[in-house]
Amino acid sequence: MDIIVCIKQVPDTTEVKINPETNTLVREGVPSIVNPFDENAIEAALALKEQHGGKVTVITMGPPQAKEALKQAVAMGADEVYLVSDRAFAGSDTWATSYTLAQAIKKIGKYDLILCGKQAIDGDTAQVGPGIAEWLNIPQATFAVKIEVADNKAKVERMLEEENEIVEIPLPAVITVVKQINEPRMPSLKGMMKAKKSEIPTLSLADINGDPEKAGLKGSPTQVVKIFSPPAKGGGEMLTGEPADIAAGVVAKIKERKII
Amino acid sequence: MLDYGLTEEQLMIRELARKIALEKGVPVREKLDETGEFPWEIMKVFAESDLCGLYIDEKYGGTGMGELAFCLATEEISRICGGIGVTFAASALGASPIVLYGSEEQKKKYLPDIAAGKKLAAFGLTEANAGSDAAGMETTATKDGDHYILNGTKQWITNGGEADTYSVIAISDRKKGSRGATAFILEKGMPGFTFGKKENKMGIRCSATRELVFQGCKVPKENVIAKEGMGFIVAMKTLDMTRPGIGAQAVGIAQGALDEAIKYAKQRVQFGKPIITLQAIQHMLADMATQIEAARSLVYSVARAIDNGSKDFTKEAAMCKLFASDTAMRVTTDAVQILGGYGYMKEYPVEKMMRDAKITQIYEGTNQIQRNQIGLGLIKEAAKK
Repeated sequence: MDIIVCIKQVPDTTEVKINPETNTLVREGVPSIVNPFDENAIEAALALKEQHGGKVTVITMGPPQAKEALKQAVAMGADEVYLVSDRAFAGSDTWATSYTLAQAIKKIGKYDLILCGKQAIDGDTAQVGPGIAEWLNIPQATFAVKIEVADNKAKVERMLEEENEIVEIPLPAVITVVKQINEPRMPSLKGMMKAKKSEIPTLSLADINGDPEKAGLKGSPTQVVKIFSPPAKGGGEMLTGEPADIAAGVVAKIKERKII
Repeated sequence: MLDYGLTEEQLMIRELARKIALEKGVPVREKLDETGEFPWEIMKVFAESDLCGLYIDEKYGGTGMGELAFCLATEEISRICGGIGVTFAASALGASPIVLYGSEEQKKKYLPDIAAGKKLAAFGLTEANAGSDAAGMETTATKDGDHYILNGTKQWITNGGEADTYSVIAISDRKKGSRGATAFILEKGMPGFTFGKKENKMGIRCSATRELVFQGCKVPKENVIAKEGMGFIVAMKTLDMTRPGIGAQAVGIAQGALDEAIKYAKQRVQFGKPIITLQAIQHMLADMATQIEAARSLVYSVARAIDNGSKDFTKEAAMCKLFASDTAMRVTTDAVQILGGYGYMKEYPVEKMMRDAKITQIYEGTNQIQRNQIGLGLIKEAAKK
């Protein structure tokens, strides 16, 4: 069973700050990590490989420093990794990113399953995984908390807000996972040594037969105008006293603000 | 930290051991200390991360990284929890007789599983009436055709009951004195080999300490390590190899206590400023850090000498264990002092570190015995001149 895992290198959000003057993320000195949900996706892929055999390939789209994220994947046990990187990809929104990753997946070729984290902790869109499925025109299941594969089908337990839902989808498919699915393994010493030595192959726009009109800023229908910290919400007003007095107070406030 | 000229692999091992200890050890150490539950879960993580075979040759499934690599991992694990640290290190103690003196067949049979962390090992030397005076040993091995029959009880055996592979020393011929002991490999489950209850200890509480009980236990002669009569030599050379490991464990415990003391001293405000700005505290921290660095330098130097093929290091191995464990006791006691009343409470980890440190002055030969070894070494050297 051949599995491709799409990961993203993100700033460690516990350390992120926004520069109030420029309204952009302060990246200097902030360590980069593998998006935590993507670590769960790697773990899910490795566990499925242990059960069914096959190969785990991990890819990421990003600048050259994203190689570090791929090395972590190798240290965990990934068989192959690719960095999808080209200046032409700069400024990609989720539409262009999912297009680019889908093209890279087509280039890699053989796959039974594509796994992603449910979303990245920096953008929090949760759109890239489903986008890849659409570009490849294959089924998808999001927010997986359990995946069982048999007879070229996947039984996926999806974690929804109120309840869990079990769906069955034919393979190949894209599945995105939540953190409750597993506990990502630690890297191994042999994996770390392999990662240290490994050359990370890079796939450019040309390598993946990408259309320059669909990639990067040009291929992105969404443009980020501004990033800012929203003003903190007010604490609200607490009315205390006897229930009847509180009720009267609430009615007075509603009238005062002309809500009704 | 000072650049000790470690290789890329050694740095990687340190980083990996630290990562696992922080992520998997810190959240559970207080509970493990309280319940005394054996740290199987984190031992499995060490196994999956290839840390269990650092000192075992690649030929037998290890990574062949050597003594210093093993010390680095032991130090980082012990920095977080002395109990987990000794569990990790005691498996190497149990495997060392086989590594040092085992036959090719024995190495092939036992080392791969230990290197892979599938099985733990343990070392059985101490008895109720034979601690520092190993010659007072009462466990006997009587030859019976192709077998030896073992009778007796080993006491306070680390990893006892949890390990699968045991290196055990027994008297095979009392008349021969120090040449009358033999080392054997025993496997858990052999008829006549059972365990006593788990001891309730002051520190390193999650580590398992049990009696090994032999009642007519039949051991095939293929399980003799080296030759009949070489038991004491096997034991002494094993301890030479593993005492720097105890030193590394002690350095780790001490460093962990210093880490906590500094963190606390930066936060704790008295007289209007953090107490780390007070000279009284700075001088205590300075002494602690200096002693730790001295102990670390000694441990690394001896471990490196072993890796470089040094043959005679009995005296220096004893020095590692002696100096580092005395340092650990002093530093952990001072850490509790710096944290004051908080340090005495179980909500903070330093009182546990102080309890964990004490054993490093006792096991694998008390520090008084280490001084004897060093004294003996000095006399031997003087006689050669």
